[in-house]
Amino acid sequence: MHELPIAENILGIALEYAEQAEARRVTRLNLVIGQLSSIVDDTIQFYWDIISKDTLCAGAILNFERIPATLVCLDCAHAYTLSRELTACPQCDSIRLKVTAGEEFRLESIEVET
Amino acid sequence: MSKIVPVVQEIMSANDSLAAQNRAKLDAAQVVGMNIMASPGAGKTSTILRTIEALTADYKLGVVEGDTANVTIDADKVIAAGMPAVQINTGGNCHLDAVMLSGALAQMPLAEIELLIVENVGNLICPASFALGTHFNVVIASVPEGDDKPYKYPNIYRGIDALILNKMDLLPYIDFDMAYFRRGIEILNPEVAFFPISCKTGEGVAEWVAWLKERAAVYRQ
Repeated sequence: MHELPIAENILGIALEYAEQAEARRVTRLNLVIGQLSSIVDDTIQFYWDIISKDTLCAGAILNFERIPATLVCLDCAHAYTLSRELTACPQCDSIRLKVTAGEEFRLESIEVET
Repeated sequence: MSKIVPVVQEIMSANDSLAAQNRAKLDAAQVVGMNIMASPGAGKTSTILRTIEALTADYKLGVVEGDTANVTIDADKVIAAGMPAVQINTGGNCHLDAVMLSGALAQMPLAEIELLIVENVGNLICPASFALGTHFNVVIASVPEGDDKPYKYPNIYRGIDALILNKMDLLPYIDFDMAYFRRGIEILNPEVAFFPISCKTGEGVAEWVAWLKERAAVYRQ
């Protein structure tokens, strides 16, 4: 349900950078989204099409690069990637874990026509 | 001509920077802020009322109530308990964000309070994504919700300081595997303080309030 404010944030950032670059229009946004951020691509795309309509970003493609969640065990140093839910270390069953990737949630770049 | 413009900006940066301003405002007024999150019906308001009852002799309290609908039921209960309360009607929105809290802080008599309790909208997903600027975050779970919630809603349990498990009086009547629940929490957040309580019987409330006083004292120094 919170994809609308998130889509608005993305639009705000993209427009700021597009204006700085004196772009005529934005053609693509490259987003980096970690597996652990609870975001649904299709829902953002749905809101995006509506809110970007009369802006420099109208028609721009949202490209989502998904980063898998990676954890490191603080006891045995084993690193592993999550397939589904959070699990204990598959090697030593420790629950002292550190998330090393998968929390990303940023706009990496935009592609513009000037 | 087409070109790539590097951005590299966190999507939540606008909210995060406003959350930092909220924190600065609370710090300047020497008010400790606590964000309470839970699913609908877990007992947020009951826990807040129990907490107010136990703390009222030692702390001057204020409450911000987040609600999706334009009703003042929860705020009325708090006002009846003698506290300043500000209601945020999110207009159907599923969470509080830093902008909404900023608006509520402007209405709250901060000079008259020491501990601000922020009751987030009942939801286990969206509030986790929006920092408010409070000093600590608490989730209230409850026995009837089931022992699998940490596995289904992992994000809300990460980054919280305390977890309350309410409605412990219902434990004999419900299939709730405490070890399974706690293991799910520990994987997500091994440092979290855990308080099994019952707002109905008062069980465990003293331990929770003792922890809260200790944490509030640390931030007020």
